[in-house]
Amino acid sequence: MNVDIHGTPIYFVIDFLDGIPITETLVVTWVIMALLTGVSIWLTRGLKVWNISKKQAVAEKIVLLAENFVVSNMGEKFRRYIPFVTAIFALSVFSSLSSLVGVFPPTGTLSTELAWAVVVFILITYTKLKTNGLGGYLKGFCDPIFLMAPFNVLGEVFTPVSMAFRHFGNIASGVVISTLVYAALLVANQALFGWLPGALGEVLSAIPILDVGVPAVISLYFDWFSSFMQAFIFCMLTMMFISSAAE
Amino acid sequence: MGSALVLMGCAIGAGLALIAGIGPGIGEGYIAGKTVEAIARQPEMKGSLTSTMLLGVACAETTGIYGFVMGLLLVFVAPGIFLGML
Repeated sequence: MNVDIHGTPIYFVIDFLDGIPITETLVVTWVIMALLTGVSIWLTRGLKVWNISKKQAVAEKIVLLAENFVVSNMGEKFRRYIPFVTAIFALSVFSSLSSLVGVFPPTGTLSTELAWAVVVFILITYTKLKTNGLGGYLKGFCDPIFLMAPFNVLGEVFTPVSMAFRHFGNIASGVVISTLVYAALLVANQALFGWLPGALGEVLSAIPILDVGVPAVISLYFDWFSSFMQAFIFCMLTMMFISSAAE
Repeated sequence: MGSALVLMGCAIGAGLALIAGIGPGIGEGYIAGKTVEAIARQPEMKGSLTSTMLLGVACAETTGIYGFVMGLLLVFVAPGIFLGML
């Protein structure tokens, strides 16, 4: 009985510098980005003011939801972050949900979330610099007294790291646990039907009957709930950090 | 002998790292309980209370996730590195 828990599979390595591995994460992320871009372009073609089509109604509903989500959390003056937050939300949800079709979810790789978190970190620093100026930004590190500066720097650096780890940990734990449950149910199946005498036991224990249906319940939590939950939390934290940086 | 010790240490370390799950469990239960109290007192605030609760749960979860990532590293990454050193 071998349980194979692995990271994202590497398809091939481009021989450039130290070698650039082309992983399943990379391919699936690009496919999802292309699909999202395509759907966005398709939804926003032929917009009208009167007598709108069903397609345009869906597009308007999505835009209104996104606007409401960002404006209610960040306030009116951060309207320009609506596309950014919506893009991260959509990419995160569809990356996590891609495990439903059997590929390795791109969010189960730490690099994906770290890249998003680095973008968020740059935005936070940019907002802080813009609001307080360079002097005010540096002074913010010596907040109560200058002795606290190392801890403030650590806190600043660990903001994106903890955001990335939180998202990664939830999706990766889902991948690991569902793999373990599939394997355990296979063993349980063999043990349960192996007791039956003769050919009946052999045939029944070869068919993974327990693997039908039971993992779906786990998938409901780890794939559906976790995907939306983590995307929501990542976007909430992004918005909160950026809007609190402007104070 | 050496590699057996390395694997044993990694496995025990991974087990110990997952003790970190206790704290977030208690904390998240506390957050959820307090939110239920608050919703019982002011049912009209349910929407904003729920999203605040989810955010709080996510923050409380962080330490547990750190433990889990350490466990993953100890099981999947550390044995390779340490066995390579031997």
